[in-house]
Amino acid sequence: MTVSFPALGLILLFPALGFVFNVFFGARAGRNAVNVVGPLVLFSAFGIATWAFVTLLMMPAGSALRTTLWPWIEAGAFHVNVALSLDALSGVMVMVVTGVGALIHLYSVGYMEHDDDYARYFAYMNLFAFSMLVLVLASNLLLMFVGWEGVGLCSYLLIGFWYQNPEYAYNGRKAFITNRVGDAGFVLGILTILAAYGARGIWTLNFTAMRTNAHLVAPAMATAACVLLFLGATGKSAQIPLYVWLPDAMVGPTPVSALIHAATMVTAGVYMVARLNFLFTMAPAAMELVATVGAVTAFFAATIALVQPDIKRVLAYSTISQLGYMFLGVGVGAFSAGIFHLMTHAFFKGLLFLCAGSVMHALGGEQDMNKMGGLWKKVPITYATMLTASFALAALPPFSGFFSKDMILEAAYANNHFVLWLLGVATAFLTSFYIFRLIFMTFHGESRVEPDKQHHIHESPPVMTIPLIVLGVLALVGGWVGLPKGLLWGEAFSRFLAPVVGTFHPAFEPSVAMLTVVSVGLALAGLALAYLFYIVQPGLPALLAYQARSAYEVLLNKYYVDEFYNLVIFRPLFWIATFALSRVVDTFAIEGLVNGTGLTVETGGEVARRVETGNVQQYAFVYVLGVVAIVAYYLYLVTH
Amino acid sequence: MTVPYSWVMALSAAIFVIGVAGVLLRRNVLVMFMSIELMLNAVNLGFVALARRLGTMDGQVIVFFVMTVAAAEAAVGLGIIISMFRNRETVNADELNLLKW
Repeated sequence: MTVSFPALGLILLFPALGFVFNVFFGARAGRNAVNVVGPLVLFSAFGIATWAFVTLLMMPAGSALRTTLWPWIEAGAFHVNVALSLDALSGVMVMVVTGVGALIHLYSVGYMEHDDDYARYFAYMNLFAFSMLVLVLASNLLLMFVGWEGVGLCSYLLIGFWYQNPEYAYNGRKAFITNRVGDAGFVLGILTILAAYGARGIWTLNFTAMRTNAHLVAPAMATAACVLLFLGATGKSAQIPLYVWLPDAMVGPTPVSALIHAATMVTAGVYMVARLNFLFTMAPAAMELVATVGAVTAFFAATIALVQPDIKRVLAYSTISQLGYMFLGVGVGAFSAGIFHLMTHAFFKGLLFLCAGSVMHALGGEQDMNKMGGLWKKVPITYATMLTASFALAALPPFSGFFSKDMILEAAYANNHFVLWLLGVATAFLTSFYIFRLIFMTFHGESRVEPDKQHHIHESPPVMTIPLIVLGVLALVGGWVGLPKGLLWGEAFSRFLAPVVGTFHPAFEPSVAMLTVVSVGLALAGLALAYLFYIVQPGLPALLAYQARSAYEVLLNKYYVDEFYNLVIFRPLFWIATFALSRVVDTFAIEGLVNGTGLTVETGGEVARRVETGNVQQYAFVYVLGVVAIVAYYLYLVTH
Repeated sequence: MTVPYSWVMALSAAIFVIGVAGVLLRRNVLVMFMSIELMLNAVNLGFVALARRLGTMDGQVIVFFVMTVAAAEAAVGLGIIISMFRNRETVNADELNLLKW
């Protein structure tokens, strides 16, 4: 059942108004006004979204709310409208984006209290929320792409928020340009889809129409489109090979990392794959690619997170790793599991970043975990909520991450992707280790805080701790909507999404108990190992790092991927630009052409101007010659 | 006896060519100016002769126009020559060659 629901437009309108207010009047209106308007528009959007979502829940399964704002492109049989649609999938996304977004906006009020550029900050944040909502509410691929580019822009603006530092500005550009590579694939994917449907006489980019006519598309075209779109997803969602921008994006304000680089924007790729599930299921090769890239990224990023000393970088690599899980989920056909993990991850990873921000706030911006320790008594709320989020990330029952991550691993196992499952459970072990390493290094053991910062340590104000507590509760209970089959309302989440993303069909029924024991056991092992390394024997990590220093160096330097890209891509491009293009093509071809034109005209003029002697009688003589010639010509005509 | 028209036309052409030669060859601007008057009058002579030959008044009317224009042109031209002489203290066309590269 499809119902027209014009209030969907309001969900977009509120953040848009917030952006306009903050960008034009924010600085003049003052900090108090901005602090009210910035979060308020998000809470308003959350209110409307809740109303719409409840309306959707009341309707029969498979319903959708729609509204068409205005026609956009009319070209013969091809129409694109600026139209919004809220079905089960976008409903979950909108609730996450507005809900977590509103909490993070509220938190930002406290986090940015010492920053003079609060108006610009909230303007960008509101613009981001608007773009992200366009992305998830769009009823067609083209409008989705508008949101996709919008969030990329806001990501760039907010990474480089403190642009006075050249390194931060550089990292912003790095994120933007890396995303351009992926987005080129996305655009080609859209065009491929258009051609694939157009070849069957259907000119559309509307999701509903695409889904209805998916069976007409040639499988080869579907594969091509899916691979190209997935390239876009690897850029936006930080997967191999385009993940390099996300760790460097951590130079932005921490709430930005929580909202954009953990909870919402980076999950856009997963949402896109789930949204186009009907195309991906037609392209098994592309699905295989998605699952493999996801699993490998999950493992790869987790190993890097093991040794990073920077609290935010650990979380950044953790995000890449968890996004890999989501792609593993959707790649093996368990789309609802991927979205489920997206949701719980938004709760607990958003929370982890906010807690990290709270710790940094307490320590005057310190990010190095070697200069933390023993903080738990001084920041008890931050500690308690961060611990909750860590249990969720480590996937220990009954925390939210447990249900979603196990759903993905079960799906991978049940679909005969044994190797990928193995990578997944290995990652689960690493995840548990690195997150408890973070907890122990930050909150336990001896205090290693620099003396001049000791007296300054304080718990954050309520405006920051309330969002922490709300997200902490969500990180604990958020996974309960997706309990395993046969337990209370088992699989409610998957059933809710099934009309949009389909049901997962396992190749065989695995022993869920055995899989759960394996993954939980490994998570506990990771926790125990971290306890041994950082509490019982604090000298052990340094010893191990010394014993296996080559491996340690490789991990610490992130497998030298940045250096590799620098060598293989950046340097040659830079050489082409500075030498081949600038010195050769520009100097000889372009300048030759331009200067040659000028020189030709100048030389020609130099020669031709000698005719102008200034002697009137010479001019008159030429004139007479002309007259004689004309008269002679007419005489000739008359006589012949 | 009447003079044949061809003689009159030949005279007109001869005077015209003398005028052209004067403009092209003489260096004195004043003489060049007089040569131009000569050319105008040569044309006038042709007009009058042909008007009589064709038995219409058109040619004679044109001659009045030409004479009017020639009078105006003489006034302007002499004015220019005088002001040129004041500035350059010469009326030699070879030396009045500023109009060039």
